[in-house]
Amino acid sequence: MTSVEAATRAQEEPSSAVAGTGGPERRPVRRWVIAGVLVALAVALPYIPLRIPVLFDGPVNGPGALHLLSLMFVMAAIAMTYDLLFGYTGLLSFGHHLYVAIGMYTTVVVLGETDYGLGAALLAVLVLGLVVPLLLGSICLRVSGIAFAMVTLAFAQAGAIFVVRDPFRITGGELGLAIAYQKLPERLVGVFNAPYRYWLALALLVLVVVAVRWALSSRPGRVWPAIRDNEPRVAVLGLRPYTFKLQVFVLSSFLATLAGAVYAVVVGGAYAEVTHATFVLALLVMVVLGGTGRPYGALVGGLVYTYLVHRLGALSSAVQDLPAAVRAPLMEPLLILGTLFVLLVLFLPGGLVSLFRRPGPNVRDRLRRALRRKDAE
Amino acid sequence: MTTFVLMTITGMGLAALYFLVASGLSLIFGLMHVLNFAHAAFLTLGGYTAWLVAGASGSFLLGIVVGMLVAAALGAATETGLLRRMHGDHVPQVLLTVGLLLAFTALVRAIFGSDARPMPTPAWMNQVIRVLDAPIPNSRFVLIAAAIAVWVVMTIFLTRTRYGLIVRAGVENRPMVTALGIDVRRAFTLVFALGAGLAALAGSLVAAVQGAVSPEQGMTLLIFAFIVVIIGGLGSFHGSALAALLVGLLQEYTNFYAMVGMGDLVVVLLLAGVLLTRPQGLLGRRLV
Repeated sequence: MTSVEAATRAQEEPSSAVAGTGGPERRPVRRWVIAGVLVALAVALPYIPLRIPVLFDGPVNGPGALHLLSLMFVMAAIAMTYDLLFGYTGLLSFGHHLYVAIGMYTTVVVLGETDYGLGAALLAVLVLGLVVPLLLGSICLRVSGIAFAMVTLAFAQAGAIFVVRDPFRITGGELGLAIAYQKLPERLVGVFNAPYRYWLALALLVLVVVAVRWALSSRPGRVWPAIRDNEPRVAVLGLRPYTFKLQVFVLSSFLATLAGAVYAVVVGGAYAEVTHATFVLALLVMVVLGGTGRPYGALVGGLVYTYLVHRLGALSSAVQDLPAAVRAPLMEPLLILGTLFVLLVLFLPGGLVSLFRRPGPNVRDRLRRALRRKDAE
Repeated sequence: MTTFVLMTITGMGLAALYFLVASGLSLIFGLMHVLNFAHAAFLTLGGYTAWLVAGASGSFLLGIVVGMLVAAALGAATETGLLRRMHGDHVPQVLLTVGLLLAFTALVRAIFGSDARPMPTPAWMNQVIRVLDAPIPNSRFVLIAAAIAVWVVMTIFLTRTRYGLIVRAGVENRPMVTALGIDVRRAFTLVFALGAGLAALAGSLVAAVQGAVSPEQGMTLLIFAFIVVIIGGLGSFHGSALAALLVGLLQEYTNFYAMVGMGDLVVVLLLAGVLLTRPQGLLGRRLV
C-alpha cells in the first residue's frame, strides 16, 4: 500500500494533491501511525469524561457533544465525497445533495412504509446509490463546465420538488419524516445511546476516508486529477475522459448516498432541507474552507464548518456584554461563514490545510510548472 | 377559455420575472463567463429596499427606483472591488459569488428576521381587469409591461449605442475586442451594474405580486432563472427572452392542467432535453 502510494505521488501532476503532501517518501509510516492514534482516540472518546469549557457545553462524552461530533463526522464524509468530484476531478456539480437526500429518504421511507427492516433499507440504499448516479451521471456528463453544473442542479431541483410536493404521499413534504424508531436496533435509539450513533458516524467517516484514498491511488484515480488539469491532453493520450468522469461520479455519489443513510439515523429522520440547493452550497464552502483537492482538506473543512454552524451562536453568547447590534449578526453563523469564505477565496485559495504546510513544495511546484511551460514553448 | 386566458397572462407574468432576472445573468455570463450566484442577493436587496422606502415614503414607484439604484451601485462595487481581483479565474469567481449570496442572505435574516414581511402594495395593483371574461390582477400587467420596457430599452442599448456594441462584441470574441485596444473591463462593470439593477427590479416586483418580502425569495427565483439562461443560450439576450416565455407558459399550463408541481418538473425535463440535443441553447452560439 505504502509503496503504491509513494509511486502515485511521484506520478501525480505537480499542481495536484502533491502540493499538500509534499513530504519525502519516508513519511507514510509516520502518517499511518498518526492516523491510527487519532482514530483510536476518537473511538475511545465516549469513555473520556473530559470538559472543554468554551468549545462544548458539558463533557465531551455527554449526549450533546457526541451528537454534534456525529453530525461533524457525517458532514466531513459528505464533503470528502464532494471533493472527489470538485477538488480532484474538477467537476463542479451543484447536484451532490440529491444523493445524500436519496440515501436519507430511502432509509426512512423503506422503514416507515414497508414491512422490511434495516437490512432491506440498506440494500435499497446500495442499489439506488449505484443505479441513479449511473443513469443521471451518464446524461449530465454529456455536457461539461458550467452546463454540467446547471444540469446537475436542475436534476437535484427536480428531486427537491418531488420531495416537497410529495405526489405519492411518502416523503412528508416540507415537514419531513421521522424515522421509524421501533424498527431500528435498540442501540441506535434514544439519548443514552448517543455513543453508538457516534461510533456509526465515525465508522462511516473512516470508511469514506479509506475508500477515497484507495480510489485516488488506483489507476483511474490517477487519471482524475489529469482530467481536471488538462482534459484534452488526457483524450489525446488515448483515454476516454467520459468513462473516467462517470466512474468518479458514480463512486462519489454512491458514498454520498451511504452517508445519507447514516445521516438519517443520526438526526432521526429525513428533512427537506437536505434537498435545498443551500445544502450543496454549504458542501462547496466546506471543501474550499479546508482546501480543494488536498488529502485532508475536505475532512478538515467539513468538521470545522459543521462545528461553527452549530456552535457560533452559543460561542458568541459566551462573550458577555456584547451590544445588540453586534450580537444579532453573530447569531447568524452563515453571515460569518459566508464572509470568511469570501476572504478565503480572495486571500487563501489553498484553504485551511495550506496553513499547516511548509511553503516549500508550492514554490517548487511553481518552478517546475514554469519550467514545463518554457519547455512547451 | 376564461381559464386559458388567465393561465396565459399569469404565465406571461411569470415569464416577465424570469426574463428580468435571466437577461442580466445571461449577459454577465456571456461577457465575463461568471455564473453569478450573487444575482439572488441583488434580487433580495431590491425587494427589501423597495419595502423600506415604500414603507417610509408611501410611494411604491420610488421604492422600486431606489432599490434598482442601490443594487446597481452595489453591483458595480462588487465587480470592481471583488471579482476583478480574481483576474478572470472563473471557478474562484463563482465561489466568490456563492459566498456573497450566503453572507448577504444571512445578513438580511439577522437584521429583518427570517419571517416574511408584508409589502405595502398600492391598492390598484391588486384590482382586476376583465380580459375576455377572465379576471386578471393589474400586477400581472405591470410585470409584463416592465419586461417589455426593459426588452425595448436593452435592445436599443445593445444595438444603437457604443457601449452596447462593445458588450455584444465582447460576448462574441473578447480577446479580439481587447486586442483592438478597448478596455473591456469597463463593459464588465457596466453589465454587472445593469444586471444587478434588473434583478432588483424583479425583486421588488416579486415582493409586490406576492405581497411580502422574505430572505429566501432570491434563491428560489434564481434556480429557474439559471434554467432559463441555459435553455435560451448562455450570453444570448434574445434567447433568454424567448426561453423565459417558453418556460413561464409551460410551467403555468402544466401546473394547472396536469398536476400542481408537475410544471416545475417538466421545466427540468425540458432543460435536460435541450442540453442533450442542443447544448448551446436555443439561440446560443456553440461554446468552444
